[in-house]
Amino acid sequence: MLTGKTALVSGGSRGIGRAICLALAAQGADIAFVYAHNAARAEETVGLLKKHKVRAKAYACDVADFSATQRLVQSVIADFGQVDILVNNAGITRDMLCMRMSEQDFNAVIDTNLKGAFHLIRHTSMQMIKQRAGRIVNITSVAGLMGNPGQANYSAAKAGMIGLTKTIAKELASRGITCNAVAPGFIQTDMTDAMPEGILQKAIEFIPLKRIGAAEDVAHLVAFLCSEEAAYITGQVLQVDGGLRM
Amino acid sequence: MSTYETIAKLLAESKDMDVKDIRPDMGFAELELDSLDVAELVMNLEDELGVPVEIDESLRTIADLVAKVDKEK
Repeated sequence: MLTGKTALVSGGSRGIGRAICLALAAQGADIAFVYAHNAARAEETVGLLKKHKVRAKAYACDVADFSATQRLVQSVIADFGQVDILVNNAGITRDMLCMRMSEQDFNAVIDTNLKGAFHLIRHTSMQMIKQRAGRIVNITSVAGLMGNPGQANYSAAKAGMIGLTKTIAKELASRGITCNAVAPGFIQTDMTDAMPEGILQKAIEFIPLKRIGAAEDVAHLVAFLCSEEAAYITGQVLQVDGGLRM
Repeated sequence: MSTYETIAKLLAESKDMDVKDIRPDMGFAELELDSLDVAELVMNLEDELGVPVEIDESLRTIADLVAKVDKEK
């Protein structure tokens, strides 16, 4: 159980992030989550979280902004008193073949997906060090492990998160803080809903379990990694991809 | 409280030492502080004094840290 713990989840208003918030709340954790733009979806998520009788609050923040994330973490600590769990889930896509990709689109994806994770780790780690305990889970992607045409920016950011995960795991291990990465494959979200049906069906053919995953499939693993039972697991990349990459 | 006294107090608390056993010429290695311990000490010091302190390789002893903080004050 995670009763008495506070989790900070980026990109928590919808999709995998919302499922993670709900899975952690189901274990009793209070939830502070970050959203970028959609206040209505964020409020909807707060309502769902409160059904679990936990404290929940949504914070609007651009995780790509170092100073903004610093203020965010200060606000969360002021509101909740602590941060025990950090889940870096915020991510965007700007897909295009590399030869046609703009510098702006490459940078935007790196700034949100990779630097955003660094910013939140940077600003929460001191709190976790003082507590001599903490759980950090970075949501990467199989695209970061195997590459994906049209996603040079996204794959590079997700691969970068894996290096970040392993380094943070080594840096903070002596303080009882674990850091792991979860790499989803094809998961039913707004991102996959936007894919042309033919392309999605073709992708499913390559998945041994022959189906797309659910956001909850990812969320349950994240909740486990945040639990006391996962205390001896750190620096790992765990795939939730129906066997897509073995 | 002087910068040295503040550092000695923080060190004594974190290493469970008597403040009298701490000397300005002591190196971080002698105090068995690893890089994370030094970072934690510096961040606590920043909280206590409200002065930003850059950590670099020149920081090897308590006296080095005192000089750095006093320069920033």
